[in-house]
Amino acid sequence: MTVTEDRAATGAPEKEVGKPRRRKEDARLITGRTLWTDNLVLPGLLHMSVVRSPVAHARITGIDVSAAQQAPGVLAVLTGRDLADEQGSLPCAWPVTPDMVNPGAPAVAVDQVNHVGEAVAVVVARSRAAAADALELVDVDYEPLPPVLDMEAALAEGADLVHPGTASNRSYHWVFDGGEAGTAADTEQAFADAEVVVSRRFVQQRLIPAFMEPRSVVVQPQGDNYTVWSATQVPHILRLMLSMVTGIPEHKVKVIAPDVGGGFGGKLQVTPEEVLTLLAARRVGRPVKWTETRSESLMSAHHGRDQIQYIDIAADREGNVKGLRCRILADMGAYLRLITPGVPVLGAFMFIGIYKFPAYRFECDGVFTTKTPTDAYRGAGRPEATFAIERIMDELAVELGMDPLEVRRKNWIRAEEFPFTTAAGLEYDSGDYEAATQKALELIGYDELRAEQRRRRESGDPVQLGIGFSTFTEMCGIAPSRVLGSLSYGAGGWEQASIRMLPTGKVEVVTGTSPHGQGHETAWSQIVADQLGVPFEDVEVLHGDTAVSARGLDTYGSRSLVVGGVAVVKAAEKVVAKARRVAAHLLEASEDDLDFAGGSFSVRGTPGTSVSIQEVSLACFTSHNFPEGMEPSIDAEATFDPENFSFPHGTHICAAEVDTETGRVTIRKYACVDDIGEIVNPLIVEGQVHGGLAQGIAQALYEEAVYDADGNLTTGTFVDYLVPSAADLPHFDTGNTVSPALANPLGAKGVGEAGTIASTPAVVNAALDAVRHLGVTDIRMPLTPERVWRALQGGGDGGDRATAGTTAYGGAQTETTAGVSTPQSSLGGDR
Amino acid sequence: MIPAPFAYARPTTVDEAVQAIAEGGEDVKVMAGGQSLIPVMRLRLAAPETVVDLGRVAELRGVRDDGDAIVIGAMTTHAQVLADPLVRQHAPLVAAATETVADRQTRHRGTFGGALAHADPAGDLPACALALDAELVVAGLGGRRTVPAAEFFVDYLTTALEEGEILVEVRIPKLPGEWGMHYEKFQRVAQAWSIVAVAAAVRREDGHIAEARIGLTNMGPTPLRATATEAALAGADATVEAVAAAAGHAAEGTSPSSDLNAQADYRQHLAQVLTRRAVLRAAGL
Repeated sequence: MTVTEDRAATGAPEKEVGKPRRRKEDARLITGRTLWTDNLVLPGLLHMSVVRSPVAHARITGIDVSAAQQAPGVLAVLTGRDLADEQGSLPCAWPVTPDMVNPGAPAVAVDQVNHVGEAVAVVVARSRAAAADALELVDVDYEPLPPVLDMEAALAEGADLVHPGTASNRSYHWVFDGGEAGTAADTEQAFADAEVVVSRRFVQQRLIPAFMEPRSVVVQPQGDNYTVWSATQVPHILRLMLSMVTGIPEHKVKVIAPDVGGGFGGKLQVTPEEVLTLLAARRVGRPVKWTETRSESLMSAHHGRDQIQYIDIAADREGNVKGLRCRILADMGAYLRLITPGVPVLGAFMFIGIYKFPAYRFECDGVFTTKTPTDAYRGAGRPEATFAIERIMDELAVELGMDPLEVRRKNWIRAEEFPFTTAAGLEYDSGDYEAATQKALELIGYDELRAEQRRRRESGDPVQLGIGFSTFTEMCGIAPSRVLGSLSYGAGGWEQASIRMLPTGKVEVVTGTSPHGQGHETAWSQIVADQLGVPFEDVEVLHGDTAVSARGLDTYGSRSLVVGGVAVVKAAEKVVAKARRVAAHLLEASEDDLDFAGGSFSVRGTPGTSVSIQEVSLACFTSHNFPEGMEPSIDAEATFDPENFSFPHGTHICAAEVDTETGRVTIRKYACVDDIGEIVNPLIVEGQVHGGLAQGIAQALYEEAVYDADGNLTTGTFVDYLVPSAADLPHFDTGNTVSPALANPLGAKGVGEAGTIASTPAVVNAALDAVRHLGVTDIRMPLTPERVWRALQGGGDGGDRATAGTTAYGGAQTETTAGVSTPQSSLGGDR
Repeated sequence: MIPAPFAYARPTTVDEAVQAIAEGGEDVKVMAGGQSLIPVMRLRLAAPETVVDLGRVAELRGVRDDGDAIVIGAMTTHAQVLADPLVRQHAPLVAAATETVADRQTRHRGTFGGALAHADPAGDLPACALALDAELVVAGLGGRRTVPAAEFFVDYLTTALEEGEILVEVRIPKLPGEWGMHYEKFQRVAQAWSIVAVAAAVRREDGHIAEARIGLTNMGPTPLRATATEAALAGADATVEAVAAAAGHAAEGTSPSSDLNAQADYRQHLAQVLTRRAVLRAAGL
């Protein structure tokens, strides 16, 4: 891919959309010379640290803060009891059923802790070091309760309860039945009539979003106003929720998300620490900062995934699918956070994937355990769904003795059948699964790989080769609002943008989306450059400050371009319409006779007479010569609420080697062809796909949040929670097909999550394909070398991993940041 | 991630360093490259009264030729070890293992001596020192003494260093004859500690394996020699079959731990597979 920075010398301005522009924000982001929240220094700034529970489940019987209060530099020590009357409950915006049990989520525990890492008290001190030192002096007495760790055991009769006063550990039971909804045939009948039924139990392990920039909050009280800086994906939602939680009126709270270093859904949250920093700042009347350590982040920032999936598929002997039935247990963790219960529901409509199932039923139980709460993580519900369907399609193919691609092809929606309403009731807008698959097969060199696979099998090579497919689709945009309403979601799905034309002809674009690494400043500039005919460099994109960007719903769910980007287009159209009226006045012509191209209005048929949009902008500023009765402004804003989701799709093919002696899985080749509709910036798309693949592959092979039998997070540092780097990942062969989205004028579909959603089952299918002939039928994720080896030795899925951490750092991974010392920590020798 | 308060000394000579340790109080930690000590201090798993930083002790850095041995100063960084021609020539096993240590940044700060003195069973260099019969020179207030590698590694994170002593340098004998060496490391991601690794040095003579030295990483609380495999290889045919048979003994006498990466039985299996691979590579088979 070549990067073009110069305009072509042809005279006509080159179209910006479609150019692989380098990202204009990257220089400051990657050098760190920008305002990350933790870089912020204010006069009189204090520092907060958080005492966290070292036990999974216990009653708090006493807290002695006297020593901490007297420590040097300490201004305040606040416990749950101190803040009980003002902290409210952290919000859950998605009550998925009317009878969902939500016991409330305190920002700081008052009587009981329900997971390791839960806040128990906070220390406010003059320096970060003083706050850290004083943490160790807070003495908390815990009366242990039995940890609740296993979802299936947690739902059993007589199980220990996470929350006292609840009837069971079930938060909700949510059902979508295609027969009842009238979108599909009766599922039970479909299974009763089926020639073939394949049933599997899949485990979606718990993951940690592991964003690069740790979370950080600064709150500055000024009179009765509060300014909150936070490393968040959702400044607008945070403002509203902080107001609702604390009772501080909404117009007295301003939230600023400055540059934010990644989120992956992990910063789509209203965190305990955001509330606590606000309450602490209000108490002490001075600005307070909290920045987490990596250990705190891994154990207390919300986790993702964690489902047990019972999947049944019905088909006839020819491989035509007849029905799909999914029963899901979803681990909520200890509390319901912002959209905790909704994550599996977001996936509910995607389990049928790209296939024409005549019957479909989905049911899900949300289950409380004494673990860190789960919530959105890149893909949020859709990776889980895609994994289930793409794995079970392979299992069906094995059962029928058919080629896995052939089974898919037999059942997928054909290009000419779009738009297509699925058994889940969604209308897929556009796509061409065959075209994407053909292109992916060519990219990876499919026939050669199959030939090599045969050779290795025949020769009994200790390194076997397998090929895995994932032909996926997903729903992007997290809009329209009325659909979200029908799912009981607590907000809409619209997005807003405004455009300000400055006197010098430069342009400010205000967006309600909140980038945290995606490159909105570049992409929105490209869109506006085309719409207004101004140079790319003349566009500045403002975001993240609720005082600047008054309305917005922020960034998640691959919604920014397909909703927020479209709002920018709509705002630009309004600017042009207003400017046309001014230009007509200036040119003494009729609006109807004006052409607008390349940033200039000209009178049709009258060469040489034109006025640029920059000149119009200046005319607005001076207002010396302006149309009668028109406000002297061509600024405009627009709010866009799409008619439908958009449905990107693609074919991902993984070729994986399995070393049967050690169990190691190595990706040999990876090719994917994603159809994300029209592409604004191919370089950004490529980056999103690469990063997405890394995270999806990481779920398949590397990452897993592991708790021990006491409920301690064993994978509490990056020594044990393995995030792969570029050194661990293969070259990616990527490509695109383009089926424009129908629900928005850009024709774009969203790419932020595609790689993550698609890749995981492709990798697992590939590894299984390599060793199925050796008797292996399933391997649990992540496919650690040990699990693969065990599956090869004794069948089964590789079993549980030992829950002890590695000995690196003296077993540091199970400690809380309160700084408990262990016998192992008095290390012998030098180092 | 802020360490508890501590006193800090930064001596410039070995004598000053030993003195600083003696004067540092009850709980003194000696810091070499700090790549393990600083994390445990930041996690507050260690809260020493005094840290004695050897970073300015120039005499502890560098590699020199000492006739029948090469001598690696304890504070020589992994990156310096990797770049050193003497190491490449006489102890390619050390170079091969060092190349796998953590990541580039860590290799520029972490030191050869620090890694040995830390004695992490998952560290890569102790098994190499053991396989090559290195000698470790330590200094204390009472002077210097030399400890053979076989006696240096005592237990988990515990060495023969007495209180008040520091590791000064490591003598690695130049092995006579034609040796092939290979370090076979098994880990899940590039920068991770070894799950199991095998350090192999093999001398071939007339189509036979004359002598093999095999060090095992992370197969117990200390690095180990695969003595049964070494015995089986001595005088064995230089064939894949003979090596495989000998490697089948690699796990004998080991007592590996069980953790997230591997349970003990799997580690013992890996030790055999990796020993076979390491010896075959070292023997050029």
